Parts: sequence; structure tokens; C-alpha cells
Amino acid sequence: MKQRSTFLFSVMAFGLAFLYVPILSMMFFSFNRSRLATVWGGFSTQWYGKLFSNSQVIDAALLSLRIALLSATLATILGTMAGLALARFRRFRGRALLSGLVTAPLIMPEVITGISSLLLFIMMAEWLGWPGQRGFTTITIAHITFSMTYVTVIVQSRLTAMDLSIEEAAMDLGSRPWQVLRDVTLPIISPAILSGWLLAFTISLDDVVITSFTTGPGYTTLPMLIWSKVKLGVTPDINALATVIVVVVAIGVAISAVILTRADKRRERDIQMAIAANK
Amino acid sequence: MSGSAAGWFNRRGWRDLIIGSPYLWLVLFFLLPFVIVIVMSFAKTATQSPPFAFLPDWPFIRFETYHRLFTSSLYIRAGIISVYNAAVATLLCLLLGYPMALAITRAGKSLQRLLIMLVVLPFWTSFLLRVYAWIGLMGKNSWFNKAITAAYNTFVPAAWELPGIQMMNTNFAVVLVMVYSYLPFMVLPLYANLEKLDGTLNEAAMDLGSRRWEVFRDITLPLSIPGIIAGGLLVFIPAMGELIIPSLVGNAGDPMIGRVIQQEFGQNRDWPMASAVAVALLFMLVVPLMLYNHFEAKAQAGAH
Amino acid sequence: MTAGESAPQQSDFIHIEGVTKSFGSFKAVDNVTLSISKGELFALLGGSGCGKTTLLRMLAGFETPTAGRIFIDGQDMAGVPAYERPVNMMFQSYALFPHMTVAKNVGYGLKHEDMTQVQREDRVREMLNLVQLSHLADRKPHQLSGGQRQRVALARSLAKLPKLLLLDEPLGALDKKLREHTQFEIANIQYKLGITFVVVTHDQEEAMTLASRIAVMDKGVIRQIGSPSDIYEHPNSRFVADFIGSANMVEAEVTKADGAGTEVLSPSLGHPILVASSGYTKGDKVTLAFRPEKVSISRKKPAAAKNVLKGTVQDFGYFGKDSLYRIKLPTGHVLSVNAVNAERAAAEQAVATWEDEVYLTIAPAAAMLFGAET
Repeated sequence: MKQRSTFLFSVMAFGLAFLYVPILSMMFFSFNRSRLATVWGGFSTQWYGKLFSNSQVIDAALLSLRIALLSATLATILGTMAGLALARFRRFRGRALLSGLVTAPLIMPEVITGISSLLLFIMMAEWLGWPGQRGFTTITIAHITFSMTYVTVIVQSRLTAMDLSIEEAAMDLGSRPWQVLRDVTLPIISPAILSGWLLAFTISLDDVVITSFTTGPGYTTLPMLIWSKVKLGVTPDINALATVIVVVVAIGVAISAVILTRADKRRERDIQMAIAANK
Repeated sequence: MSGSAAGWFNRRGWRDLIIGSPYLWLVLFFLLPFVIVIVMSFAKTATQSPPFAFLPDWPFIRFETYHRLFTSSLYIRAGIISVYNAAVATLLCLLLGYPMALAITRAGKSLQRLLIMLVVLPFWTSFLLRVYAWIGLMGKNSWFNKAITAAYNTFVPAAWELPGIQMMNTNFAVVLVMVYSYLPFMVLPLYANLEKLDGTLNEAAMDLGSRRWEVFRDITLPLSIPGIIAGGLLVFIPAMGELIIPSLVGNAGDPMIGRVIQQEFGQNRDWPMASAVAVALLFMLVVPLMLYNHFEAKAQAGAH
Repeated sequence: MTAGESAPQQSDFIHIEGVTKSFGSFKAVDNVTLSISKGELFALLGGSGCGKTTLLRMLAGFETPTAGRIFIDGQDMAGVPAYERPVNMMFQSYALFPHMTVAKNVGYGLKHEDMTQVQREDRVREMLNLVQLSHLADRKPHQLSGGQRQRVALARSLAKLPKLLLLDEPLGALDKKLREHTQFEIANIQYKLGITFVVVTHDQEEAMTLASRIAVMDKGVIRQIGSPSDIYEHPNSRFVADFIGSANMVEAEVTKADGAGTEVLSPSLGHPILVASSGYTKGDKVTLAFRPEKVSISRKKPAAAKNVLKGTVQDFGYFGKDSLYRIKLPTGHVLSVNAVNAERAAAEQAVATWEDEVYLTIAPAAAMLFGAET
């Protein structure tokens, strides 16, 4: 029995307003003619023009994308392996340590991860002479390390929920373990792997703190660029950049929601048709 | 696949590869750095590069950093402010997020999906930009600050009226923006928990004579405690170690731990101190988590 | 909806009058009128989606009728919320509160009663005694077996001594042995407390053994109300005859109707059959129905000349206490026939086996006729 409650409804409305008013306000002022970011001075799209002709912004965005693509892909491979190891191999030496190592980065404050990564790179440079310069490689390594564990959590929970007898059936039909993995397990958990990749990609794209510790001269990612600008105060070109990002994300989320809803509806219809056909 | 490659795979190779690669990676790039931090916290600063050194003689390490950590009011204050800010933000997230999660479960199926999407959407946009959006709202010239100030001035006596409320660079701003940033982390686990609750339990309670609020008090609330704890941890943990929000909207006189670590490491170049504060912060997070795990394991054992 | 039902009387404890419940354009319950007397154990029987649960939920107050009125003990229930009705319900899933002990579950409803703490504790103890669970008072629901949970749910719904107890598929989640035992226990408790019970079930056996009266529902409408034997022996429609138990059914035409009975001819059977019912005239199109156990089967040709059909055994299944035969008639039609295995015999001495020629006799009183379905 669903009950309507005015109290719940008003809190929901307030919560959504709380979540969206700041974003909408920011988007609104991106069309402000005035240099003063929060005082309305008439409509203008000049800040978008400035944004897209600003090579600093474009370069930073491209660097962020390159790091995010590479680190998300490697993090997905490593994270999936760890998920498989924890969910499918009951017994191996150091299992407890591995399961600790994949949960620890999730609760580790970014400052600590950042500082400890930086210390590692400094020590390695001292002892091994590598990395001589911090930059693309060190940022990517740090991003892989903390985003792979998100992939592991997603993949592991999907594997735990999965019906083991499917894999046993494949083995019973003559597949060797690695063939079962390739033909049965990986295809079934592929949606989980994909969402793990998306999460790793987003986290990498969004990270400031760890990047700021592990970067070197000449490597400024987009969040770091925003960070340095925001420290100086509110400016209309950041409003414009924020608007672009919000719109891109909203479109992406909307598209994936539509695809998911369609898939769900199709599955429901298929099930109903199957039931009807059985009658 | 035939030949030696397949044979190798089918023996133990593929298994070792799957376990070994992530293992090696995490030991090298997560565990080892953390060990370095712990070791570093027992060193002393030195005017060299890198700026630290160990004692030349046995026992090589020293505890002076920790001694300072526990006696200096700077660090203790930072710890208290961090716990306070994180706790208040968690509580506010709960007060706002619980009714929201409950409202979502009461909505129709397609509306539920839309509402969840609306709650999660800000999370997928840039974290920095969400903080930035509030900087825009809280400035003294913004429409938001002016509206709040006007509302405030109509309710207080003339003597207390303000030309503009100081929002930026206050602890209030830190808490507000943390609530804003972490609200989805509270709503989602609560929703997952509330959604799973058996609706017939509510009907049974009502059938036995309970009114709506009594049903909530006796049934829904106690059964959603796991969701409250999960959501609380998801907000409290990142809030404790938060660096960006306090440095952008906070007050430099009331630093949170994250900011202290960064300052010790950066401006002061006191790496041992930064490491010691980091270790202390981690302890403050791990202790409640271990307690939680302990009690959950106990409850699980009782359930089976 | 006439059989066995009279106009509402003063003694009617529950009176449901013209109740309809629509969900959008779908009518879950369609203009149902029904009276139940005090102390009765009444069953609502029907397949899934027949509206029986919706009717029960309207009695409990979880659904509001779209039209019609419900009276309980003379009081109009319109606008009375679930928590104020003198009605309690035992849920199909039991709906035990997982975070409360057995005693807390049973005592939950008493919090709202005007009782002292001691009285409450006494009542809980009394209820747990009634369902023989006193020794488990401090357990949590997940520490109980299915049968124990069922009894906790029963005790909890009885604790407030409601005027009316609603039971939604009370035995649905139990295994066969436990069901049989519990059926008698529920009937016993009902007798002891004298509370009116309304049971919803899809299981005809459950309805037959539990209830003193049964309402058969289909598509939101009550098809027949009566005692278990009424409904089984005198179904008022083809639907009820088919739903309760099983029946052989063939299309037939009335060839003769006089004082001696009605004679029908079915192309499926090939022989005229005399039926001891009246009310049909020559030329009527009817359905002839007879239950498998009401047909006698023999290998010798019976002495009686009337109502005898010859056929061959196409298949048979041995169930222990009885066997089910599938008999193929010369017309090609196949009839189901039950024979009790009264004697302890080896398989070769059974009534008949594959390909045997057998004779079937249908007693005129056992055959039923139904007119065209409305």
C-alpha cells in the first residue's frame, strides 16, 4: 500500500532544490555579460567563445582525457582480475591481505593516498633513478591504484551474485577453466566490468587531490586548472566550462538511462511473451 | 588453442596471473607507499633533499613527532574540528537524506528511476565545480546571500540587522558544502535498504493497531539501521579527510586535518609531521570501522 | 449467485453488499454480495487473480471499495482505517517483525489495548500456550522453522481477540505433512475461541477440510456459495464442477425428458445416458459431467443395461490407495476413471491393465447436467 505523505514530498522537493539551485545558478551566470560573475549584466555567450579558444583549457582537458582513458582501462583489467581472484579462488596464500588491499583505498583519505604516492615516487627516484620527472606516468599510476579497487568491488559483488552452476555446467560440458572464463564468466559479468570502467574513468577525470601530489611541471589536468582558477575567485569563464561539463554529463546519463529502461522493458516483454506462450 | 601456451594456461599459470598481477600492483603502489609514510613519521626533519633523516644510532627512530602531535593544540584542534564538521555533516545528510530515500521508495516505479537519476546526476559532474557553485552562491554580492540576508533581517530586531551574512570562509560553509557534496552517498544506501523492506510488515503493524508514525517508529526505523550506518560511514569517512572543501570555502583559522597534512608537507616541509598526522587521521577512521565490523560480525553470527 | 444464499438476516455478522474494486479499467472484485455469520469458518476459494485476496484486503481495511459497503458486527466500515478495525489478519508471508522476539511479536498489537503490563504478559503467554510455542518466546523469527513461524503469526493475529480473523493462504508455505496437521489445529483453535475466521486459499482441499462454508470465486465474481459437500456434489456450473475436483465433460443434447429422468445423447459417448436431474426439455444443448470416482469399472459386462459404456484401457496410473484409468471409447473419446484399490493385490490382478476391454457404468444420480455457460 503506497501512502502519500506531504511531509516526504516537501522534503524531496527541498532536497532536489538544494541539489540543483547552485548548479542552475552557475549555468545561468555563464551567460552573463558582466565580468562580475554573480551580478547580472545582460545576456552574452562571450565566455563560451573565450573558453573554446583558450588553448590552456583545451590542453588540460585533453591531458585529463588521455590519463582517464589509459588509467580506467588498466584499472579495469587489474580490478577485474582482483575481483575474479577474490570471488572465484577460495584459497590462496595472502588472500586476506589482498581483500584488505582492495578495500583500504576506498576508505583512505585522498590526502594520505596523495602524499604516500608522492613519497614513493620520490624514494624510487632516489634509489632507482626512476621516475626522474613526475608527470603523465606517475599520475596514471596513482589513478590506476585507487580506481582499480572500485572496479574490484563492482565485479566481485556481481560474481558473488552470479549462479555458480552456470560455470559448472560449462565445465561439465568439457570447457577448461580458462575457456569457462572466456566463454561464460566474462560475457556474463561484462555489464559490471563496463560500469566499473565508467566509474574508474569518472573518478580519474574528476580527481584533484591525488593528481596535485603526483604531477610534475608542465602537466596540468583540467581539474587542477579549475582548482587554480577557483582559488582566485569566481569567474564567468569557469561558469561556462561548468555548464559545458554539466550538459555533457546530463546527456550521457540520460542516454544511458533510456538504453537501460528500454532493455528492461524488452526483457519484461520477453518474459511475459514466454509465459503467455507456455499457457 | 593447442600446444604449450594452452597447456601452461590450463595448469596454474592463468590462475597465478590473475591473482598475482593486481596483488603485485597493490603491494607496490599502495602498501609500500603507506609503509613509507609510517616509517617517515618516526624520522626527523633535516635541511637536505629529501628533507628528512633518521637518527644515526640505535634505535634510529624517534617519537618526538608523535609527542608534538598529542601535545600541540594546533593538531588537537584540527582533529576536533574535523570530527565535529564530519559529524554535523553526516547528521544533516541523514536528516535530509532519510525522508528523501523514503519518498523515493513511495513513488511509482518509473518516477523512482527518475528521482534516483536526479539525486545521482550531480555526483557525476565535477566535484570541484559543485564546490565552486556554492562559492558563487555564498559570496556577499550573490542573489542567494542577499535573499538569505533579507529573510534574516525581516525576522530580527533592527539592531541585529546585517548588510550581508558572512558565509564564505566559515565552518558553516564547510559543513554546508560537505552536505551538498555527499548527500547522494547517504540517499543511495538508505534507498537500497528501505526498498528491500517488506511492505507487508507495515501492513501487519497497522493491522495490529499502529498509526502511521508508530509503524515508522516500530518497524521502518529499526529495520533501516543498517542503511543508516552504511550511509553514515560513506559520508563521515570522506568528510573527515576532506581537503578541497575546507581549503576553498573554509576559514584558515579553523583547519581540518586534511589541510594540516597538506600544510606540513608543502609550506612547512615537515614530512615526518605530515606523515604522523596522516597516520593519526587513519586511526580515527579505522577505529569506528573496526567497531562496526565487529558488531556486524556479531549480529551476523547471531542471525545464523 | 443464488445457491445456498438467502437475503441478509439480522444474525449476519459480516455483510458485504454490492462491493466492487477497480484498478483502472480492471475490476478485481465485481459487485460481490456476501454474508457470513458469527463463529463461522468461511473460505474464499479461487485461482490467482480471482479477486479473493482483494476482497480480504478490503475487509482488513488495506483497500477501499470502489463501490458498495462492508458491515462488520453491524458497523459500517467505510472510512474506518485498518488500525481501528476489530479485525486482524494473518499474512501469507506471515510478516513477522524480524527485529522482535516471538513474545514481542505476539504482544505488539496489545500496546494499543487498554491493558496493564501484567495483563499483556498474561495474554502473550496464553496465546503462546495456545499455539504450543511457550518455550520459544525469546527466539527471533529467523531462528524458527516454517511451521513455528506460521504459529507465531497465528498467535500474533489472535492476541487482540479480534471479532474477525482473516487468514491469507495460511498453509501455503508449509509442506504437505505439516499442512494436514496444521489444518486441524487451526480448525481447533477457531472452535475453542469462537472467533469468526475468513480464509483465502487457492487450494480446494484446504478449503474443504477447514471451512464450514466456501465461496468459489472467479474473475471477481462469486460463482457458488455452499458447504464443501454442496459444492463438490452439486456444483451449479460447469466452471465450479471443473474447478473443484475433476470431472469428465462432454457436450450433449437432451433426447427425452419425463418423470423417469432426462436422457441425453452425446456424440462423444455414442450411447444415450440417463440422468436423474430435471429442468431440461427435449432438444436442449447441455454439458454432461461426471466425476472419475463416480464411474464403476469392471471387466465383466454388468447386469444393468442402462448407462453402460464399453472401452479399452489406454493408460493407467497407480497411486497406492487408488488408480486412475484412461479409457478410450469406440468413438475415440477418452474418459478418466478412478478405482479404489480396496484389496491388496499383485499388479497382474489389478482391475484392468493396458489394452483390456472394460465396461463403465455411470449411475444416473452421479451424472450432472449444465446448461449453456453464462
